[in-house]
Amino acid sequence: MTEARPAPLATEAALIAALLAIDLAGLGGVVLRGPPGEVRDAWQAMLRGMLPETMPVRRLPLHVDKERLLGGLDLAASLHAGRRIVQDGVLAEANDGILVVAMAQRLEAQTAAHLATALDTRRVPNPEAPIDVERAADFAVVALDEAVGGDDPPSAALLDRLAFHLDLTGLKPEDARGARSRAEIIAARACLAPVTADRAAADALCHAALSLGIVSLRPPILALRAARAAAALAGRDAVAPEDLIVAARLVLAWRATQLPLPAIPDSAAADAGPELDHEPAPDTAIQDAAEKREPPQPDQREPYPQEPGQQQPGQQEIVLDAARAAIPAGLLARLRAEPSRAVRGSAAHGEAGGLRRAQRHGRPIGARPGDPRRGARLHLFATLTAAIPWQPLRRHDRTPLTNGNRINFRRADFRVAHFKDRAETVTIFAVDASGSAALHRLAEAKGAVELLLADCYIRRDQVALLAFRGRSAEIVLPPTRSLARARRCLSALPGGGATPLAAALDAAQRLVEESQRRNRSAVLVLLTDGRANIARDGTPDRRQAETEALEAARALRAQRLRAILIDTSPRPQAQAERLADAMGALYLPLPNADAAALSTAVRRNAGSADARGSAERGSRLRNLGG
Amino acid sequence: MPAAFPFSAIVGQEEMKLALLIAAVDASVGGILAMGDRGTGKSTAVRALAALLPKIKIVEGCRYRCDPDTTDAACAGDCGAHSGPGRKKACLAPIAVVDLPLGATEDRLVGALDIERALTEGVKSFEPGLLARAHRGFLYIDEVNLLEDHLVDLLLDVAASGENVVEREGLSVRHPARFVLIGTGNPEEGDLRPQLLDRFGLCVDVRTPEDLATRVEVVRRRDDFERDPAAFTQRWKRKDDAIRRQVQKARQRLAEVSVGDTILERIVALCAAVGTDGLRGELTLVRASRAVASLDGDATVADKHVRRVAAAALRHRLRRNPLDDAGSAARIERGVAEIFTA
Repeated sequence: MTEARPAPLATEAALIAALLAIDLAGLGGVVLRGPPGEVRDAWQAMLRGMLPETMPVRRLPLHVDKERLLGGLDLAASLHAGRRIVQDGVLAEANDGILVVAMAQRLEAQTAAHLATALDTRRVPNPEAPIDVERAADFAVVALDEAVGGDDPPSAALLDRLAFHLDLTGLKPEDARGARSRAEIIAARACLAPVTADRAAADALCHAALSLGIVSLRPPILALRAARAAAALAGRDAVAPEDLIVAARLVLAWRATQLPLPAIPDSAAADAGPELDHEPAPDTAIQDAAEKREPPQPDQREPYPQEPGQQQPGQQEIVLDAARAAIPAGLLARLRAEPSRAVRGSAAHGEAGGLRRAQRHGRPIGARPGDPRRGARLHLFATLTAAIPWQPLRRHDRTPLTNGNRINFRRADFRVAHFKDRAETVTIFAVDASGSAALHRLAEAKGAVELLLADCYIRRDQVALLAFRGRSAEIVLPPTRSLARARRCLSALPGGGATPLAAALDAAQRLVEESQRRNRSAVLVLLTDGRANIARDGTPDRRQAETEALEAARALRAQRLRAILIDTSPRPQAQAERLADAMGALYLPLPNADAAALSTAVRRNAGSADARGSAERGSRLRNLGG
Repeated sequence: MPAAFPFSAIVGQEEMKLALLIAAVDASVGGILAMGDRGTGKSTAVRALAALLPKIKIVEGCRYRCDPDTTDAACAGDCGAHSGPGRKKACLAPIAVVDLPLGATEDRLVGALDIERALTEGVKSFEPGLLARAHRGFLYIDEVNLLEDHLVDLLLDVAASGENVVEREGLSVRHPARFVLIGTGNPEEGDLRPQLLDRFGLCVDVRTPEDLATRVEVVRRRDDFERDPAAFTQRWKRKDDAIRRQVQKARQRLAEVSVGDTILERIVALCAAVGTDGLRGELTLVRASRAVASLDGDATVADKHVRRVAAAALRHRLRRNPLDDAGSAARIERGVAEIFTA
């Protein structure tokens, strides 16, 4: 895999560092993918070696609180001094420097959103600061992505704003050579501003981005900046084709969501040709009228029609080829194998507020000692109650608090309100799409799931869909709130093949664990006929398969999750019932389960007593079944 | 503050831009919901518009950005700027665009007890939240569909009533909070509850342009802007000025734009034909059409104005199966084609 890379990895790594050093804030930053270790440290040291020594480098820990991130009131110091003491946050401290984001894949959605806003506006996004106190936050992000296996990638909103992605696997610490000297970078920085990029350059990068299925417009914008930095590094005053190639390889290739079609040299140019003649945005009257009066516009457009013939198609293709060559081989395989996973990254982030601790809202259930700055609410009354008994003692304290404070507070006095909140629920549907089930009633099972989905919609649950057939189980849809997608995935679900029940239960368990890690409770709805006939290793051995399925079921029971097994076979099966028993699930044979019973069961298990409309849904399922 | 990207230099996004202009002309149309992909320039458009609009007069030192010319004393008045004899001093301030970050707390939004003053001075005072800061401006919420539901409820309630009433922690404060709520989101990442959808005035679909020429234009303009913001802004200044004048004129004219009975009937018929719930659809469509007519400089609302905003005003109000994601735009189009044949 590594030897297929078009450029030696080490060169690539050094180039990324150099380009980033040249245009720090403009390029947003880099994602360093790989485990912590020497290699990563070496690369960071290389980057620092290219930057001025005084440049601030701040590390953003995973669980930074809002005050430290954005800056704000230093409560303890303010109390001591008796006046407002404000401290800068990490974002402001990283101004004109680098912000290293540790464990970017586990960054809270909120923190990622703040980072994204700061990258967009180059200001500390602190709506609480007085209006006139705006802090600049012009920094580049080095996001350390340590995701392994099933972990989600870092926030899509953040990735969209970072130009580069560097996979450290296969890199050795000593590869962090080839670094440019500080002087070289300074020289390149000086000639960055005058570097020009012609229309064909933008055109080639946009074409490449589009062909790779990159929807967002930020990547081509970043790519153009990278191309310009590359030109400055080479000492050119205009962006040359080789700069575009570098930009496409480093900025665009890693974002590919589809494979570009094999080069068909002329059609691309032919496609682009006619479109260029009309005004891109001819819609409103205002714009049209204004357009005519605006002199620079025609100037910009004028050289354009001449170019496609000579230089542009070739350039587009070269740039695209470069990007295509740089798409990691693993990605190609993945894209081919499971197109449904292509949008996975965005779906996985459909999580409101990440960790939903009951800190801010819900039913108040009292106060406990705590730091009011960590997003919790100060419980003033409890704080006072805690402080008052100590007053006589503190008055004699040798560090008397000033300014006529009637009450002397200590940090230990702070009480924060404690709330109880309903945890979010993820309902995991594991659907048996094997031949035996399909034969019987896959359609009916789909219908039942669809009705349950409507329930989830009412409860605002997240849903995940897991299908198993043939030799393996596949997560068709990772937890999401988008029920429209769930339904689409469900109706497109093919049937047929064997029943790898153990694999399905294993996959379900992984999903459950993942949800629990995110502080969500999981409900598993398993639709199967319970006839396991494929063992974990893929051998068609019915007996072994059954044993393994029971084993997996018992492991699930240990998770203490709420589960329901809906038996989809034509008549209730002892096998399925045994399985339900082993995993501690409620057993519902579909023949007897009308939808009312079904959805009440799920609801009861999901911990909600809402029973609205079940009768109506009941009659709908009966119609559907019969 | 870095210069905002010029509004007139934004390529494409016609529906979004029109919706923003409508909101600038007549804030009573209600908020805007922009659903679409990442990186399409939604927030750029909002910031650009705010930078383009004329500055507003505020009472100097007022924490609630009150208008010195209005007599409504809805301002909590605890900021001290209003008290004292004589005329209140006024100053000009740019229109605010307040970002509501994901995961913001209720305290931060509505305002809360000023803990600092409570603890250091022993004074019970109110610390205004983001709602106060957004008064007479825009409140921008990225990924509104991921915002916690109780915050969305609260926001929509304040946006509809134009007043923030705080009754908590022993505080009893009310202050004006009239703002245009702009929510954006990606439908792939989660739905918005239908009862909330309906409370947004306009709902626009934001798509990344797919044709190469438009995309190239976007990239180029952005690039030009980033290389030399001042020169770029200067180059687009005349167009921006034209839009500013257009909005100002439209605001003045708005009250005079008439809506004839025929067009009203057609609007009602359209809403009945596509099956919207309640009367909000009709009201919004009338208001939005009137704003469009005013922007166009027309004295009466005509079919062409309604046609331009019908989809934005109605697409999120159709009764539909929550699991059915397609079809509403097509239904409106069909309805418009049938009823507005002229």
